[in-house]
Amino acid sequence: MRLICPLCGARDRREFTWVGAAELLPRPAPGGDLVAWLHLRENPAGPLDELWLHSAGCGALLRARRDTRSHATAGLVLAGGAR
Amino acid sequence: MHFSGFRVLAEGLRGGSGWRPFWRKAAPAAEYDAIVIGGGGHGLATAYYLAREHRLARIAVLEKGWVGSGNIGRNTTIVRATYMIPGNQEFYSASLKMWETLAQELNFNLMYSPRGLLMLFHSDGQRDAFARRGNAMLVQGDDAQLLDREGLRALVPYLDFEQTRFPLHGALLHPRGGTVRHDAVAWAYARAADARGVDIIENCEVTGFDITGGKVTGVQTSRGAIRAGRVGMVAAGRSGELAARAGLRLPIESHILQAFVTEGLKPFIHHVISYGMGHFYISQSDKGGLVFGGDIDFYPSYAQRGNLPMAEHVMEAAMTLMPAIGRARVLRSWGGIMDMTPDGSPIIDRTPVEGLYLDAGWNYGGFKATPASGLCMAHLMATDAPHPLARRYRLDRFATGALIDEEGTGATHHLH
Repeated sequence: MRLICPLCGARDRREFTWVGAAELLPRPAPGGDLVAWLHLRENPAGPLDELWLHSAGCGALLRARRDTRSHATAGLVLAGGAR
Repeated sequence: MHFSGFRVLAEGLRGGSGWRPFWRKAAPAAEYDAIVIGGGGHGLATAYYLAREHRLARIAVLEKGWVGSGNIGRNTTIVRATYMIPGNQEFYSASLKMWETLAQELNFNLMYSPRGLLMLFHSDGQRDAFARRGNAMLVQGDDAQLLDREGLRALVPYLDFEQTRFPLHGALLHPRGGTVRHDAVAWAYARAADARGVDIIENCEVTGFDITGGKVTGVQTSRGAIRAGRVGMVAAGRSGELAARAGLRLPIESHILQAFVTEGLKPFIHHVISYGMGHFYISQSDKGGLVFGGDIDFYPSYAQRGNLPMAEHVMEAAMTLMPAIGRARVLRSWGGIMDMTPDGSPIIDRTPVEGLYLDAGWNYGGFKATPASGLCMAHLMATDAPHPLARRYRLDRFATGALIDEEGTGATHHLH
């Protein structure tokens, strides 16, 4: 599996660390449902919005949409949005 | 049909004309007392114990594909009771005791082989941790024996003891640990459940749940609607997908775990060897193939195949531990879909929907749990109360904080 980093180009999967589902990005407000945010997952068999860290590359936190049935991944973008 | 040596002889003399299928091809009835979703090891065991222990008359197992087409046929067949945390300890201890008599009880040759399991350690600190684990296992009533380097060398001289990465200092030996023929477990439970009147319905996918006033009343399937007041979800890696059809979100991510088998070789690995530092474990099947695996690929997947970096990592660990394995050719590899919970321990519990029960979250350890999981899930479905062995396997433990963190890595999804 190769992932295309928007900063570095196509790189080997080993350069990346899977961080979690992109559900993790919007944190609940104080007093919100932290348990659901931390632990409950949609866990789809199909397209999954997720976060990858380019840990052995540029260090950027990236957001991807990957099909968990085929590993086919649409283009990765910076999780914090383009600057 | 009872299996025995006499029976084999008699059938041999009359050309095998008396053998019959292990279970009926059942068609779904309109209503059951209990429905178990998932015709794998845990689901079939649940149905069997529902019939045997709780005497429910009308039980159905609904299987999307065919019996044993999931993780019961996609694992590395190891059974052991090497757990230390309360909750896991008594559960896996009971499960191993059930394995020891299961072949006789089900009248089916499960090729149960308590060949001994070796957990290698590589430092003084790790030896202390394993001594502690061994003591916990002894207190629980299981067996454990701490081996020093020479004691280990006497058992497995072919390992590379002087390797530079993780030199071997010894091992914790669990003599009663071993292997069981995995497919036979599914067939044996299916046959025994069928003999007690359980309908095993294959090619029957559950597509939805009928829920009225917060209570389950039946399921919608690819073969029509079926009514039941008690429904158990025992779908392993597909648990998240299934629970979503009941409007539930689970503390589960489905990850891919790869395993490998080589061509058949003469017997030379007489134990199960676990090399935790290298994320590697190996045993030799009765057919001669070396069966080995490593860690999960560390991203969610339903593809039933892994990626090459983890395959390479497993091969590297194998070569580090036992260079002789380099001459063996890998015959095939596969990936199982693991239902991973944040703390690495399973769930056998009620759900927010009355009458709907969940048996899931088996991580990489589902096979060895099969008998006890079935026993506890059957108890839960029949009595609506947790079995004493599984009372800590709560669905709400991530909210209450009563975690069962066997690895000590914290209850975080991406760490297990």
